[in-house]
Amino acid sequence: MGLFDKFKQGLAKTKQLLNTDIRDLFRAEGRLVDAGFLDELFEKLVRTDMGVDAAQEIVDDIGERFRARVVEMIEIVEEIKQKLKALLAQPAEPIHLAASGPTVIMVAGVNGCGKTTSIAKLANMFSDDGKKVVLGAADTFRAAAVEQLTIWAGRLGAEIVTGPQGSDPASVAHRAVARAVETAADLCIVDTAGRLQTQQNLMQQLTKIHRVLSKQIPESPHEVLLVLDATTGQNGISQAKHFTDAVRCTGLVLAKLDGTAKGGVVVAIRKQVGLPVKYIGVGEKAEDLALFEAEPFVEALFAEGS
Amino acid sequence: MFESLQENLSSALKALRGRGRLTESNMRDGLRLVQRALLEADVSLPVVKDFMTRLTEQAIGAAVLKALDPTKQLVYIVYQELVNLMGPVDHSLHLRGEVSVLMLCGLQGSGKTTTCGKLGHSLLQRGKKPMLVAADLQRPAAIQQLQVLGQQLGLPVYADLSAKDPVALCQAAVREAKASGTDIAILDTAGRLHIDTELMDQLSLIDRRIGPDQVYLVVDAMTGQDAVNSAKAFNEALELDGVIMTKLDGDARGGAALSVKAVTGVPIKFIGTGEHLDALEEFHPDRMAGRILGMGDVLTLVEQAQQKFDREEMEKQEARLRKGEFTLDDFKKTLGQAKKLGPLNKIMGMIPGMGALSDMMGDVDADSEMRHLVGVIDSMTPEERRNPSKVIDQSRRRRIAAGAGVEPHQVNELVKQFDVMADMMKRMSGLGMRDKMRAVQELTQSGALSPGGKLMRQKVGTGKRLTPQERARQKKLREREQRRKKRDQRRNGR
Ligand SMILES: Nc1nc2c(ncn2[C@@H]2O[C@H](COP(=O)(O)OP(=O)(O)OP(=O)(O)O)[C@@H](O)[C@H]2O)c(=O)[nH]1
Ligand SMILES: Nc1nc2c(ncn2[C@@H]2O[C@H](COP(=O)(O)OP(=O)(O)OP(=O)(O)O)[C@@H](O)[C@H]2O)c(=O)[nH]1
Ligand SMILES: [Mg+2]
Ligand SMILES: [Mg+2]
Repeated sequence: MGLFDKFKQGLAKTKQLLNTDIRDLFRAEGRLVDAGFLDELFEKLVRTDMGVDAAQEIVDDIGERFRARVVEMIEIVEEIKQKLKALLAQPAEPIHLAASGPTVIMVAGVNGCGKTTSIAKLANMFSDDGKKVVLGAADTFRAAAVEQLTIWAGRLGAEIVTGPQGSDPASVAHRAVARAVETAADLCIVDTAGRLQTQQNLMQQLTKIHRVLSKQIPESPHEVLLVLDATTGQNGISQAKHFTDAVRCTGLVLAKLDGTAKGGVVVAIRKQVGLPVKYIGVGEKAEDLALFEAEPFVEALFAEGS
Repeated sequence: MFESLQENLSSALKALRGRGRLTESNMRDGLRLVQRALLEADVSLPVVKDFMTRLTEQAIGAAVLKALDPTKQLVYIVYQELVNLMGPVDHSLHLRGEVSVLMLCGLQGSGKTTTCGKLGHSLLQRGKKPMLVAADLQRPAAIQQLQVLGQQLGLPVYADLSAKDPVALCQAAVREAKASGTDIAILDTAGRLHIDTELMDQLSLIDRRIGPDQVYLVVDAMTGQDAVNSAKAFNEALELDGVIMTKLDGDARGGAALSVKAVTGVPIKFIGTGEHLDALEEFHPDRMAGRILGMGDVLTLVEQAQQKFDREEMEKQEARLRKGEFTLDDFKKTLGQAKKLGPLNKIMGMIPGMGALSDMMGDVDADSEMRHLVGVIDSMTPEERRNPSKVIDQSRRRRIAAGAGVEPHQVNELVKQFDVMADMMKRMSGLGMRDKMRAVQELTQSGALSPGGKLMRQKVGTGKRLTPQERARQKKLREREQRRKKRDQRRNGR
């Protein structure tokens, strides 16, 4: 072994020992990765609502790889962003359309998260694509929930199937799908009443709607979208878990992303439950729906001053 | 679900103590756990940081380090500090002599309209004459929603389907309220984002023109880090008088309560605990502090239990019990009573030390289990209900099982469970509510109430009185058994 090789080997050892990089010695700027640095990083992550576990996992990883090195915070954040973008990426076509017959989409979520409005937005999007949509007003519980969806149906020119207040939501859903088949509609979107994931009887009711639909058309519901309010904190994880247990959700609609909330809990949800975000809601109007894109979403997670 | 802070801290600090005295640096690890618990409960970061600074000063203080049980001491300080921050309470609506005006505002979907109905209901119950005002001219069917609630409650709703300007509408509504002898007008405003300057200006304008006596911000209990931003903006635009936190009937930890209180400084008045119009309760900082820390909301439970258990029915049953007349019919009634409290899992989650049990029950649906039990009892003859263990033989068992759609052995289990229950009832009769809770808790810990499918496990009585020594020995055995079980569970990766 030549002297130079020996030197290199020694250097490698030292590097391992100090976990430092020779390049760092020549850096004028940058910061030492120490406890203070990692704390600051942790705070940036926690602010996004991704939760302590997800944040800690990232911080631990960075700490392991960069401790005692000199880096720019911005570089580290950039790296984290890349990983999150990869994690949150979704296929270009978020809705699997039925091979034949109507595509049935069931929409669920906790109270007031934005289900009914998101349905109006989805219906609007599909109508713009020239597709025919039937809406099923299966929230037969909340005051004026049917009227709310009926107004939207009128504005969008979609057909709507309703039932009397307090009637069985599964039967409304069933009739809506039957109507969609009958009229050769392309899609049937079923609204459901808001419910907290801890309410077992209401969750069973949701399971029943799902079961009735899948009996009616074997592959349906083709999509089960869980609507999540972007202002939601760590409870979002519990929501994703329990709703997925009850009705096998296929993805999220992240509503109300037009405020200052970052919606980072979807990171934890993706990690723990696997649900991808498919659409985002960015306002109260029918056209305020956008395809979820990991790139701008992750950039916004770390944007300062909002 | 969540492990309680107390458990976490205990194990962390115990490990540290094993290595010698509790020191300042050790304590910092404990403090980290506190910070974690707060963040997991969705308390906003800046609020957590402030809180931790204050807490650290106190915790590092000599008193905690030298305390006999620093864990308890630390948890106590955290709890007390949370209570202080979220208090003091003020449940008054500050009604005036003539027409008072109360305005609700908040983000979209937070629960304003429903809360309007709830406040109306509660005022009505207090003999007032409230009127609801449909000032949300934006959301589709918002007016109809409030009208339906008004109908359900038998309350007047001021609405104008053709109105375009909420300011003018509110002014007209207040005039109408004065003319019609209403005590309180409750304004339901449209949901809006705190960064929507146009709509926030509109809200300030209503505030200035109408001059409501009280302005409340309605906040969703599930709100995360953003709570500080929205609450601050609403408070700056309106000078809030109070906060109402909704949707606390779920499993949200509700850390936003602390955030909102910290940035606005106004009291949290009420909490929403369901979609029904009677699901509005007064806010109590001590309960909320326990909830944020995952410590079990025992006081709320006690209060609920006292309200909902039918006292007379209980007393009747207890009297029968003492006379040895407790039958399966009574058992069924007792089940019904327990059911009024709400889902079993929820009840147990509220009792400290029983959170673990409700976790273990996990997927097991205690409510459907209960329905099964009731079904079995319904399939019995009166004679069988009075004297199940004596009368029910194999053929009767088969008949009952067929009638209830269960397996014969399940009938057997019920009869055995009934024996345990009767025994338990006997021991609990005459105890106050609080002692009953304790008794249930002891029973759980002793393993007499087994989680899982069966609500209770058969426990064979010895039939004779035990001496204190014998009892102590049995307790030790039970505890050893429990430790062993826990070990096994851990080994099997749970
Ligand atoms: N700013 C904003 N508001 C939204 C968005 N989506 C829904 N909303 C508003 O949120 C409120 C609640 O929306 P709904 O669609 O009624 O919610 P829901 O989940 O159907 O409610 P329930 O049926 O009562 O459980 C309404 O005021 C909507 O206009 C969004 O993307 N951005
Ligand atoms: N579980 C539960 N649901 C609640 C509670 N309060 C309100 N809700 C539900 O939350 C949803 C939204 O409530 P609304 O009263 O329509 O909310 P809002 O703030 O008026 O909504 P916008 O007018 O659209 O901004 C409805 O489904 C209500 O039934 C509560 O305390 N617990
Ligand atoms: Mg709805
Ligand atoms: Mg409303």
